[in-house]
Amino acid sequence: MSSKKITLMLNGKIFTLDTDPNIPILWVIRDMLGMTGTKYGCGAGLCGACTVHIEGKPARACLTSVAQAQGKHVTTIEALEFEGLKEAWNTHNVPQCGYCQSGQLMSAAALLASNATPTDADIDTAMSGNICRCGTYTRIKAAIQSVAKKRAEK
Amino acid sequence: MSIFTAVQNFSRRDVLKLFGVTGGGLVLGANGLSWTPMALAQEKAGKLNLFIAVGEDNKVYLTCHRSEMGQGIRTGIPQILADELEAEWQHVVVVQGLADKRYGSQNTDGSRSIRKYYYQMRQMGAIARTMLEQAAANRWEVPVSEVKAKSHYVHHDKSQRKLSYGELALAASKLALPDKESVKLKKNSEFKHIGQSRTIVDMDDMLSGKAKYGYDVQLDGMLYASITRPPVLGSDVVRLDDSQARKVAGVVDVIRLPVPKGAPAFQALGGVAVIATNSWSALQGRKALVIDWTASPNDTHDSESYLETLSKRITQPSKLVRQQGPEIYDWSTNSKIQSQYTIPYLTHAPMEPPVATAMVTEHGCELWASTQTPQSTQQNVAKNLGIKEEQVRVNVTLLGGGFGRKAKPDFSVEAALLSQQLNRPIKVSWSREDDIQNGYLHAINAQFYQAKVNNDNFPEAMLQRTGFPSISSTFAESVEYPSAGELDLGFVDIPFALKSYRCESVKAEAYTRIGWLRSVCNIQHAFGIGSFVDELAHHANMPSPQMWKQMLGKPRLVDFADQGFEYSNYGEELSRHPVDVGRYHKVIDIVELAMKQKTSLQKGQGWGFAVHRSFTSYVAVAILVEVDRSKNLKVIKSIAAIDAGLVVNPDRVVSQTEGAVVFGLSLAMMGEISFKAGRVQQSNFHNYPLLRINQCPDIEVTIVASDAPPAGVGEPGVPPVAPALTNAIFSATGMRIRDLPVNSVLNV
Repeated sequence: MSSKKITLMLNGKIFTLDTDPNIPILWVIRDMLGMTGTKYGCGAGLCGACTVHIEGKPARACLTSVAQAQGKHVTTIEALEFEGLKEAWNTHNVPQCGYCQSGQLMSAAALLASNATPTDADIDTAMSGNICRCGTYTRIKAAIQSVAKKRAEK
Repeated sequence: MSIFTAVQNFSRRDVLKLFGVTGGGLVLGANGLSWTPMALAQEKAGKLNLFIAVGEDNKVYLTCHRSEMGQGIRTGIPQILADELEAEWQHVVVVQGLADKRYGSQNTDGSRSIRKYYYQMRQMGAIARTMLEQAAANRWEVPVSEVKAKSHYVHHDKSQRKLSYGELALAASKLALPDKESVKLKKNSEFKHIGQSRTIVDMDDMLSGKAKYGYDVQLDGMLYASITRPPVLGSDVVRLDDSQARKVAGVVDVIRLPVPKGAPAFQALGGVAVIATNSWSALQGRKALVIDWTASPNDTHDSESYLETLSKRITQPSKLVRQQGPEIYDWSTNSKIQSQYTIPYLTHAPMEPPVATAMVTEHGCELWASTQTPQSTQQNVAKNLGIKEEQVRVNVTLLGGGFGRKAKPDFSVEAALLSQQLNRPIKVSWSREDDIQNGYLHAINAQFYQAKVNNDNFPEAMLQRTGFPSISSTFAESVEYPSAGELDLGFVDIPFALKSYRCESVKAEAYTRIGWLRSVCNIQHAFGIGSFVDELAHHANMPSPQMWKQMLGKPRLVDFADQGFEYSNYGEELSRHPVDVGRYHKVIDIVELAMKQKTSLQKGQGWGFAVHRSFTSYVAVAILVEVDRSKNLKVIKSIAAIDAGLVVNPDRVVSQTEGAVVFGLSLAMMGEISFKAGRVQQSNFHNYPLLRINQCPDIEVTIVASDAPPAGVGEPGVPPVAPALTNAIFSATGMRIRDLPVNSVLNV
């Protein structure tokens, strides 16, 4: 495991890292760059807490090596901008403990970006990789639907 | 020199007396971490009591001494304080309390933050309001009876003058504290914040990634520790080869931790810690460890055969724990209905696994912990480090879920021990595998129920037995029976109006750490009784809610006097929190009516019902399921009614109840920890699955309007869910599931 110079484009900034290319970006983002909005939940791509966007698509940061992410645009919750999404989360009082919500928001934003009018089944499919132990699912669904509805009305 | 960044003398002996605690009155200021507001270290603020400070800038700093883990307590406690204080919500700043005995118990478990502190918090608010009024009266040289605090000002109507709280803050803070019994509390009709749904105070931080949990703590010079713990309780390292681990880039050290002697309690589990400059290197280092473990007496533990053992024991007469009316000996077979129910071990699996960061110096220890029990953390860390409790400062971060796991401070002890050895700040973060495999498990359980029915098939007598390893076994060796306190959780406290009702407990030795998990023994007992009443209802050709109401009898208060046990009632006086059959009826009626209004059932669909009182709240749940020919289960809808007495933040009561339905479905549908050769068989969410959005039903929650003393909210929604689900499956298919989880027979 030799270290290597790797360039990471994170939230519009370029970082040059001298690191093991196999290290998942989750730990680069959290431990090395100190941005802790992206969460650890399972380390195995099973819970979605670490969801980030790579070139706008949702990806599990715990399974994405820094080498795989090199040269691609990585976005985390800290830089997530999606019209009406956080407002909808607020209106529906979605979070309980809040820990999984970064990942939920990243998955929801990716869904709405690719599908402006998701059905319930679309939401289930897109969001089923994100576990919420507190059980905020009904509100997540309502929040996503409300964003879609507002966008359709425009 | 102190390791603490901001220390301020904040001695208020009167406040100490108020809480019945004397001794040093030192309140420590905020640390450099951004999520702990600087309120108490703020220079231009007047401290009015232990919980309330008012700034010259008009802000009110309200301390929440309880841990936030999703229940909304950092909003609820300030709502109560602000209401009596007559503070405006936009000026409220919430301060997270450190571990400090003067607050009283800070153990954030047992669904008791509001239940136990509602009146005290109102008194604190009223004391501060009274001081602000006195300060204004002094300033204007008018009798205090002529002034009144309202909406962040004190008014003198006679002269049409008013002063803001900010203008009065410092003067008020210099006044003597009024006697808590002398201050006047508001009428309920005057409440402005209590009873209003307030957005949680951490909302914006949670949505922007700024909210700081235990896992997010980063200190200068901090190293990351990941620990391989004994795979079986009681085994120890016999041989360690760490040569390859030490070669992993980023690994700094490998340290052996001793395994606990005697009962595990809150001791660190021991094992081998890999210390690294980042989490990944620590995890990689662990993979490179070669460890041989000693044999343990628990190596033989096999949960499947143990459940068979318990299932046999419950068929035999055992230890009497409750006898209502005369014992029945005549159990003729034609009038007897019998059933047995089992549940497996369960674990908490909060989304954020256990985590703590410690910095030990010659002066003491400072901790940042994702903990439900800051004082227990303080005590256990002090004991393990061999220092005084006052030398341990515990900062409580946000918790990424708790569910009881983070009420056990073993992980903070690990961080403290490692920091002491390494002389560096150390963060111990558990991996998901660590969390699943080394938990404090909810106990495996078998129950037996028997009823004698009359000619109308109505039950007149019941006998029930339960056997599960006790939580007490975690704290004392050789415990072999459930404790009285555990039996009070939904086993001996069912207020059926039966002529004869006998309850027995069965021997059940422990092989692993047993702990409390959201709603504790109510989980298995509500499943047992909720299933059995449904079986009796079916036998009598009667809807389950009807059978419940008939078995409970007419509305009355029940005290279980002269039945051979003293009911602990969740630590509450029965006079304030009675066992009230009328309140059972009310939640049953609400859910029964809601079910009836949704009658158009499709093929393969069915409703199930259950009701349960726990933590002095009453919850009824109905669940609608559909099971297709390929045995695929779909949970369509859930209706819940909760009577938790007076509620402070209704939206959070609804959200807790929604969450309880999801928690209950997770455990009923898929929850199982099993042991083979002493080792936990599960390791991550692929084999310890939790409910996902595609499995989640619609959830409707009704709160019963009540002025009764506030009762528990976080846990009471969980127990009735599992039996409501399996009863629904029975209704839909005729298949009676008596052994959880459901996914052993249906696809979920």
